[in-house]
Amino acid sequence: MLTMLAGSAGALREIVRTRPEAHLQDVLYIPSAKALKRMSLGYDGLLADIYWTRAVQYFGWKHKHKSREYPLLYPLLEITTELDPHLIVAYRFGATFLAQEPPDGAGQPEKAVELIERGIRANADDWRLYYDLGFVYAMNLEDYQAAAKAFERGSEVPHAHPFLKVLAADMAQHGGDLATARLMWQTTYETTDDPGIKSNALRHLQALDVDETVPKLEELVRQFHDKTGIQPTSFFPLLEAGWIRRIPTDPLGMPYKLLPDGRVEVQDPTAWSFIRRGLPPKTGEPPAKP
Amino acid sequence: MTNRIGTIAFNTFREAVRDRVLYNLIVFAFLMIGASLLLGQITIGVQRQLLINLGLTAISIFGVLIAIFIGIGLVSKEIDKRTLYTVLTRPVQRWEFIVGKFFGLMGTLAVNAGLMTVGFFIALIYLMRGLQASDASILAAVYFILLQFMIVTAVALLLSSFSTPIESAVLTFAIFVVGSFSEDLRGFAEGAKGATHYVAMTISYLIPNFSALNYIASVAHGNAVPASMIAWNTAYALLYAGAVVCAAAIIFQNRNMK
Amino acid sequence: MASIETVALEKTYQVGFWRKKTKAALRPLTLSVPDGEVFGYLGPNGAGKTTTLRLVMGLAAPTGGSFKVLGGDIGDPSIRAQIGFLPEQPYFYDYLTPRELLSYFAGLSAIPAKERTRRIEATLKRVGLYEDAWSTQLRKFSKGMLQRVGLAQAILHEPKLIVLDEPMSGLDPMGRREVRDLIEELNHEGKTIFFSTHILSDAEALCDRVAVLNRGELRGVGVVADLVGSVKGKVEIMWHGTAAVAAMQAQGFDCHAVGETVRAVVPESDVDRAIDTLRGHRAKLVAVTPMRTTLEDYFLAKLNSPAEVAR
Repeated sequence: MLTMLAGSAGALREIVRTRPEAHLQDVLYIPSAKALKRMSLGYDGLLADIYWTRAVQYFGWKHKHKSREYPLLYPLLEITTELDPHLIVAYRFGATFLAQEPPDGAGQPEKAVELIERGIRANADDWRLYYDLGFVYAMNLEDYQAAAKAFERGSEVPHAHPFLKVLAADMAQHGGDLATARLMWQTTYETTDDPGIKSNALRHLQALDVDETVPKLEELVRQFHDKTGIQPTSFFPLLEAGWIRRIPTDPLGMPYKLLPDGRVEVQDPTAWSFIRRGLPPKTGEPPAKP
Repeated sequence: MTNRIGTIAFNTFREAVRDRVLYNLIVFAFLMIGASLLLGQITIGVQRQLLINLGLTAISIFGVLIAIFIGIGLVSKEIDKRTLYTVLTRPVQRWEFIVGKFFGLMGTLAVNAGLMTVGFFIALIYLMRGLQASDASILAAVYFILLQFMIVTAVALLLSSFSTPIESAVLTFAIFVVGSFSEDLRGFAEGAKGATHYVAMTISYLIPNFSALNYIASVAHGNAVPASMIAWNTAYALLYAGAVVCAAAIIFQNRNMK
Repeated sequence: MASIETVALEKTYQVGFWRKKTKAALRPLTLSVPDGEVFGYLGPNGAGKTTTLRLVMGLAAPTGGSFKVLGGDIGDPSIRAQIGFLPEQPYFYDYLTPRELLSYFAGLSAIPAKERTRRIEATLKRVGLYEDAWSTQLRKFSKGMLQRVGLAQAILHEPKLIVLDEPMSGLDPMGRREVRDLIEELNHEGKTIFFSTHILSDAEALCDRVAVLNRGELRGVGVVADLVGSVKGKVEIMWHGTAAVAAMQAQGFDCHAVGETVRAVVPESDVDRAIDTLRGHRAKLVAVTPMRTTLEDYFLAKLNSPAEVAR
């Protein structure tokens, strides 16, 4: 009996090893969200939590493997919120990770909008959802008018975060500004409890830092060249000449690289997502925005 | 009269205990311990929610299963095993027998749920390092679960008084399932016309409304249970269960012992 | 006064898939069980005895006729409080001990709590259940022990009328003797005992009156003392010695031999002649017994007689 038990354990290990995607692929056979709600016999709270956990695991696992596609993320979140329309964190998770470009998200901002609108229908008094909605419109769809409208709706909800009114006004004028983006990511960072969303927001803020700093540094180098005629190959000359107080480092603590052609780059491009400046030139990359 | 009902109720309780029904508490205990230890992986806010959802769902499911598995045998087992003869020939009314059985099983379920609730709160306190005010609504949710048990027990008892255990099990479970989306049925009925409308409406009132008694998800989100709902649902459950138990008593009254 | 009185009590069942055919378990039965007697209800298996008892105890409803128990309606709890019932092959909650079971029944029979332990112990002693078994779960009991527990629950509340369905079943000869003694004792205390059985010797020993039932119909009712014991006019002779057989047969007597012992049944008037024959052949006489009618004779005679209207 013991031998057979041991043998079966060995066989199971082999199976698990050759089917790493198995437990996630099984999720493919998802019945329609409404049908699932009926089948839950009133225990939809627990079932929603289970699907929520699966959604997070699904995303985490795929993200770890640098996946560029997350086809099941929306269906999983749809089921989660159908089962429990008041599970706010699911909408917020979707707002961030459905909308973002792969590999850090599913690249489906319209789906994100759909999800959040559902969330708003069920939770009209939660200002955070309007915020997320506006966020997606602004950051991922670059539809600043819609963003402004969303922020406006949200600002009318009782106990709304005061920034919503500010953002609504801001959108109209400075939709694409880095300053606005910084404000929004800062707000996101401060108003969420979910560690996944929080760390994502932090990385965005750090990326914004880079996107702001790199042009400034490049401008400084240009001025130095204009002033002294020297094209520096590192930042030391600027340091010695008193133009800067210390070697500039990126938010991760790594010193910036200065290239002979005057461009500034981050030490380790692979450590960065979301930055648009400070990257080595690559074929197929969209041109950096000014 | 109450003495006899009490005697029968106590005997029913004793039978359940000696049938080792309470062993399900051990499974529940492991579940709670496991959950409170493993939930550290997930976001703070959802941790509490998940534990409440898990705990209350488990209390509900275990209880409903016990209600069905013991309920279906309440009468039919006594008839099959012929233990009924020496009981009914005593100065006991047949309806007293039925009512006694009902209270015996309800008592078992209440004790079971009570112990589980205690275990659950221990897990909750451990996980959240203390209690918060909204946790009081958990007790209201448990109370509603008990009302659910009352209806399921009554239905199982009714079926037990005239069907075989397997038929009763299947039917009681079916009624439970249908009852959990009775509100959908009512919605459908309201939208329908003519004969369908009346038939559907009647059915939606005849089947027990379990969705109204389900506050698990709501309590997990920290919402309180409105007092008016407590009052109305209590009345509903008492009246519905009472009607079903009466029907059981009537059927049993006229039953011939083979 | 009659403890049990039935008038045309009837029970028919609908049988068959479409419930069209009727089967009569009990044809109209009119019977009277007088107070203070031990009344035996005889019949082969399947005669309808258990059905009658079920009807009388209110476990099933008759399809015709009426009956009264202790002058009242069996549905009345105050009447049931005075009756003790032992069903055929009793089953009890096997997870209980005798003490617990009797305590349960005592609660249902409204015996005051203070009285209970004393009564339970006295009753268990009375039915001959040894004390070690009193706190053992019933699932461990033998049939005979269960039967004793069954008797205990039937007499626990000191009922006036005790109805027993095959009380001797499952008991060894010692046990049967004890139950017979118990029934006699109870009867001396003034209780009426009505029991069904197919063991005639028990009935003959115990009963004041018997009724014979066969195939759902009452075939005969009579007082035992009247039915039994009259000399039948025959004498049974037993002797050793096959030598005399031929001579006896020549005289016209039927002989039946088993080994050395021979038996012949001769009319009373021929007894002397037979004995002389035997003495003439030096046969060794073993027994000369006048034969009396037994209950068995009555029973077998009545089994197939036409249905009787009880007196």
